Amino acid sequence: MPNNVDSVLWKKILPVEDIPVMGARVLQAEVGPIAIFRNAQDEVFAILDECPHKGGPLSQGIVHGKSVTCPLHAWNIDLSTGCALEPDVGCAKAFMLKVDAGNVYLNLEEIKAPHA
Amino acid sequence: MRKQKLVLIGNGMAGVRTIEELLKLDSDLYDITIFGAEPHPNYNRILLSPVLAGEQTLEQIVLNDLDWYQSNGIHLHLNKKVVKIDRKERTVTTDDGIVESYDKLLLATGSMPFILPVPGNNLPGVIAYRDIKDTNEMIDVATRYKNAVVIGGGLLGLEAANGLALRGMSVTVIHLASWLMERQLDQVAADLLQSSLEEKGLRFLLSTSTEAILPNAAGDRVGSIRFKGGLEIPADLVVMAAGIKPNTALAESAGLYCNRGIVVNDTMQTFDPRVYAVGECANHRGIAYGLVAPLFEQAKVCANHLAEIGISVYNGSVTSTKLKVTGVDLFSTGKFMGGEGTEEITLADPIGGVYKKLVIQDDRLVGACMFGDTSDSTWYFKLMRDAKNISEIRDSLMFGESNIGDVGHQGHNKIAGMNDADEVCGCNGISKGAIVKAIREQGLFTLDEVKKCTKASSSCGSCTGLVEQVLMNVLGTDYSATPRKKSICGCSEHSHEEIREAIRSKHLISQDQVRAELAWRTPNGCATCRPALNYYLISTWPHEAQDDPQSRFINERAHANIQKDGTYSVIPRMFGGLTTPAELRRIADVAEKYKVPTVKVTGGQRIDLLGIKKDDLPAVWKELDMPSGHAYGKSIRTVKTCVGDEHCRFGTQSSMKMGVDLERMLFGMYAPHKVKLAVSGCPRNCAEAGIKDVGIIGVDSGWELYIGGNGGIKTEVAEFLCKVKTDEEVREYSGAFLQLYREEAWYLDRTVHYLARVGMEYIKQKIVEDTQSRKALYERLLFDLKDAPDPWKDFERAGVDIRQFKSIPIIEENHAK
Repeated sequence: MPNNVDSVLWKKILPVEDIPVMGARVLQAEVGPIAIFRNAQDEVFAILDECPHKGGPLSQGIVHGKSVTCPLHAWNIDLSTGCALEPDVGCAKAFMLKVDAGNVYLNLEEIKAPHA
Repeated sequence: MRKQKLVLIGNGMAGVRTIEELLKLDSDLYDITIFGAEPHPNYNRILLSPVLAGEQTLEQIVLNDLDWYQSNGIHLHLNKKVVKIDRKERTVTTDDGIVESYDKLLLATGSMPFILPVPGNNLPGVIAYRDIKDTNEMIDVATRYKNAVVIGGGLLGLEAANGLALRGMSVTVIHLASWLMERQLDQVAADLLQSSLEEKGLRFLLSTSTEAILPNAAGDRVGSIRFKGGLEIPADLVVMAAGIKPNTALAESAGLYCNRGIVVNDTMQTFDPRVYAVGECANHRGIAYGLVAPLFEQAKVCANHLAEIGISVYNGSVTSTKLKVTGVDLFSTGKFMGGEGTEEITLADPIGGVYKKLVIQDDRLVGACMFGDTSDSTWYFKLMRDAKNISEIRDSLMFGESNIGDVGHQGHNKIAGMNDADEVCGCNGISKGAIVKAIREQGLFTLDEVKKCTKASSSCGSCTGLVEQVLMNVLGTDYSATPRKKSICGCSEHSHEEIREAIRSKHLISQDQVRAELAWRTPNGCATCRPALNYYLISTWPHEAQDDPQSRFINERAHANIQKDGTYSVIPRMFGGLTTPAELRRIADVAEKYKVPTVKVTGGQRIDLLGIKKDDLPAVWKELDMPSGHAYGKSIRTVKTCVGDEHCRFGTQSSMKMGVDLERMLFGMYAPHKVKLAVSGCPRNCAEAGIKDVGIIGVDSGWELYIGGNGGIKTEVAEFLCKVKTDEEVREYSGAFLQLYREEAWYLDRTVHYLARVGMEYIKQKIVEDTQSRKALYERLLFDLKDAPDPWKDFERAGVDIRQFKSIPIIEENHAK
């Protein structure tokens, strides 16, 4: 992540209202599928759509509080960090994100293919 | 705001467990200080016996090391005895003058050994058996001296005696009563126990009381012991294990009401509202518990109140006993001695060393006492705790769980017969040895802890009974049984039963209402309770409560079955397993067009298209132009049929037509779990109706109805419900039973579990005998299912959010800064 948030090149992704409440939409980005979640408090989170356990599509899980439960083997993932809650261990990459005037933006650098 | 100050007196299992539970609920509420009289951090006191026996080391039995206290910001004072509580100033004072103030005080001072009031009871070499110090002393004495006498033939005394014998001492056990462990065993079992311990080299003097303990010739330590009647035997070590009494001296000196323990109410509060007590020092409803399982239940309740949640109550515990002596299997619980109004079933094989006694009262198991073969003890204990009516299984009760057809994974039902390498949890590949290791090394006590640590029993749950047996075998008496009332999940204190009841009686129609009414701990639940609440709401108040797709598992939201690679499987409905050339052509076309990697015929007589991308689902459904098969839902799945009298030369009834009619009637029916039916046209039963939730078998004079069958994790044969004459009756009776199940079962219970809980008599009464009840149930089912939308066609009415099938298009312009 760049140190200076001001220098981030933000890319508009979609309006918050296009994400189901307590649901997610998926962005097929170069870096991989990114799940963009919206919880009951209208907070928005973006993490790689691959569970650290066996790569399950987290976007398809049940969203509760600030967590999502993976549909494959019910791991709970903290949406703000992408990391599994106890007792499980492992993290899915969490992406920088901002919401401005009802639109979700991601960092263009981050969603491109990872540097070798 | 200043944090409140919580002081815990007693650094043992009950007190520290309470702190652990409290930290889980709220780690910021208190500044915590703990005083412990021993120089050790919290250790597992009940594993002292294996330490004495040389089977475990002291390091292995530490439950919370010093780092734990530090990382949780707890001020720990070891080796400090609190000698004064000033309730007015709210301070406690130690023997060396440390003064600590408190807002809340927790007493967990445990118990004191009962020391016989006989001359010589204070000689060096006369000890109790309570802590690490005693244990170390016994281990040390065993290396230098020969003769040991243990006073007390109860649980603790026998474990001490066994340990000392294993360490090479010659041990005599003195017991006042006429048989061993008289508070846990009847005489037959006790005699068997005695002979088996005698084989291990122990000697016993029963009905014997001690007169004096005498010094040795040098006068520097104990040398012998004399009994009433004059017998005197040599003793280099005397262990007092004649009972314990709650340690209430400190509480009494502070003016707290004590009566054989510090008296507490159902929230573990003493007569001073700022002071709580848990563990062996507390007297709850007249009982001071000395086993760990009840203490942990108390800890949970106490923590709930300390955390100011204040909704939990302790109602007392059902306990059982198991001796921790390797090679001796013994179990007892409840009213094992029988008594007025009870009946006994016994099995005795004195030569084989097996004895079992079951005590029954009013068709319920109320006590058990077993020696030699205790492999079914977990099951008996469960039957007793759940107060289950055993009249229907009474014949075979004595022969254990395996004899009533409840066989676990891979046919194993007895953990005792399994090797360490044998797999207990087939879903997660966890062996018996791995579970035993985790229980020992990580100090686990409950099923939930084992689930968390090892993942065993955390998936399909069919090995739960086996894991409970492992727990019981490793921990013995201290196994903390799953509470009888199980809360729905971590979000709530309430059981499924209480939640269903509240939704019905208070006419709750939204999840927010339920969560507010029943004081949920989380704002919008979790992946366990949300699907259950959603189902309870829509099944209790159909057409009134709103379905919430976001509270459904992905399969019921995407209306297809998610696969391990994130693709989906699609199974169109074929009513009664019947299809047409046109349908087959469309299926073939779709399979080719969408490059479906696998096409498979299912067990439910239809065709599965596997490996479809989520984005393609709407198009696939449209081109198939067939109804949803609901093969993904907690819902009606299929009605399997045989050919029946239209073609079959043996057929007596039109099973295909019956199947199609039933499947159409039940279209769109959500249920606590999946529901499968089958209709066979004659008793040859080619549709395998015997393992279905509702199985219907045609006979010459009508139809036989069977319910509660299951071909899944545990194969269960359906039970006969009744025989009816007409097709309409088949629909009415089956529909009424399914509606009863829909209204009363807990979420994720199959019909077999529901049937086991309420009993066949109850179902027969509601469905067969009470015509009005049956008709009303049937009507409610039809009302609920009226105009059930097809989720593959009618997205709006079925609440299908079609945005989920479209990946987000990248908006090219507009790189905002």
